[in-house]
Amino acid sequence: MSSTLRAPVEAAPPARPAAPAQARRRPSHQRRQSLAGVLFVLPFLVVVVVFLALPLGFALWLSLHTSSLALGDHFSGLDNYRQAFTDPVFLAGVRRVVLFGVVQIPVMLGIALAGALALDAISTRMATVYRFIAFMPYAVPAVIGALMWGFLYSKTFGPFAGVGKLLGGGPLDFFGGSLLLASLGNIVTWAWTGYNMIVLYAALQGVPREMYEAAVLDGASHVQIALRVKVPAIRQALSLAVIFTVIGTMQFFTEPSIMARFAPDIDAGYTPNLYAYAQAFRFSAFNYSAAISFTLGLVVFVISYAFVFVNRRRAARTP
Amino acid sequence: MTITSAPSRRRPLSEPRTRLAHTLMAVGVLYFAVPLVWIVIAATKSQPDLLSTPALSFSTKFNLFSNLHDLFAEENGIYGRWLLNTALYAGGGAVGATVLSALAGYGLARFSFPGKQFFESALLGMVMVPATALVLPTYLLLSHLHLVDTVWAVILPSLLSPFGTYLVKVYVDESVPSELLEAARIDRAGEFRIFRQVALPMMRPAVVTVFLFSLVAIWNNYFLPLVMLSNERLYPLTVGLTNWFNTAQQAGGTRFLFNLVVTGSLVAILPLVVAFVLLQRFWQSGVSTGALK
Repeated sequence: MSSTLRAPVEAAPPARPAAPAQARRRPSHQRRQSLAGVLFVLPFLVVVVVFLALPLGFALWLSLHTSSLALGDHFSGLDNYRQAFTDPVFLAGVRRVVLFGVVQIPVMLGIALAGALALDAISTRMATVYRFIAFMPYAVPAVIGALMWGFLYSKTFGPFAGVGKLLGGGPLDFFGGSLLLASLGNIVTWAWTGYNMIVLYAALQGVPREMYEAAVLDGASHVQIALRVKVPAIRQALSLAVIFTVIGTMQFFTEPSIMARFAPDIDAGYTPNLYAYAQAFRFSAFNYSAAISFTLGLVVFVISYAFVFVNRRRAARTP
Repeated sequence: MTITSAPSRRRPLSEPRTRLAHTLMAVGVLYFAVPLVWIVIAATKSQPDLLSTPALSFSTKFNLFSNLHDLFAEENGIYGRWLLNTALYAGGGAVGATVLSALAGYGLARFSFPGKQFFESALLGMVMVPATALVLPTYLLLSHLHLVDTVWAVILPSLLSPFGTYLVKVYVDESVPSELLEAARIDRAGEFRIFRQVALPMMRPAVVTVFLFSLVAIWNNYFLPLVMLSNERLYPLTVGLTNWFNTAQQAGGTRFLFNLVVTGSLVAILPLVVAFVLLQRFWQSGVSTGALK
């Protein structure tokens, strides 16, 4: 196995362990190093080309074409995009996902941050147990998470049905009206808070303890230390969590598609991703579906890249 | 004397700070555990009990073993087939993705070659491309190549893991000293041998993390196999269980299946829980690397 990728070494001068490494650097050595580096990266590069670059290029091509019985496949410029941005169903889906994200992301990351700070303050064996249980939902497939909550939201036997009665009304309807989006938000929050908590906790563990000691000497309280020293110290990890959550939110598909079985309000255009799927497989409108997928990908890409860029510049300005 | 004067990080429970922290975590743990407790309880109920008894209490009849028996007997044991498919997709995909990430991450961190700078900045961009936006175009591409509705249509796209490569690269940058590799080169070891025998053992936390996270991502994936597969015998658990659930829903729960969906869900979760317990030591140190950058 190892010999197939092994770079030839015969040309190398006799090994002199005491000699500095620099002395061995000659052009041929560098070329061999360079070739080895390319070989290490090559398999990954092939997968990137075939399963990332090609699909993206193909989607772009499809989205710029329209197929009809009369004309066959023909170039139609930005027609599909024009259609998408005037399609009320698509736009409603986009608005819904944005509203969802604006509420759910801060709530979830807020809880995750609070949890991470709490974990950081606990040094007993219990912390391991907390950590593990909080992380568990991450191992549960989104399909199964949505199914479980679907049962728990039940009006007849769900444990939360009684909450509405306590408040003086009937059993709460988690599957309709204004509660539906919150019900979905709860499923996502349940699944991902623990994961984010562990990531933020890991970042907190990497902060040098001396930073806290200085603040203690200055008479800062624990809460002040948490908010003014610890949180800024893990800003990088926080922004990474924000980006991944935004990427996930824009792709919202599994939970609403499972919950649609409980909630009649969830239709084929409830989220942009559900809409793209329905366009492709229900209506065979592949060109239009590609335009939606591509728009979705582009929007997520631009938002997260801009976020990284701004964040880096800000990090560069404040030492 | 030394013990009392040493700065004690292990404080007694009664201190207000940790009491607040413990309360906060206890409430959180309750929230995270409720659905999991529910599914364990629900898997012990028969179909009628599942739809009539309170969600979080056991019913008088303990039906777990009968449910398990029915689960693996339904439709000539197709659930077992789905379980095997899932293991194959997740195992194969995760091994492949991890190998590619380990090689590429190491290559980027410890070699210089033309185009590397471009590749590194492109890598960050690749991390930002939403995976599901790629699923439909990939489907269309693979259908042109007559590869949809095969095992490959699920495994091959799963090999793409830009974040895994990024994580490995960051980890190698920090914890595999180039002096060590240089020393191995002076000893005339080949590059691939240096990778396997010197670098790889030091990269273990990152590699285990990438493997575990790819495993979970593929095991739990729904959208990709839903789009790629139409043959029921190729389904993974997520698509198969959803199919059963939809049938049960349409039949208004009059037939059976709800209890099988629930028991099947529990069985589908268990392997990942075990994997997390067994590999805890490794992934936790790997996660911290990802978090630091």
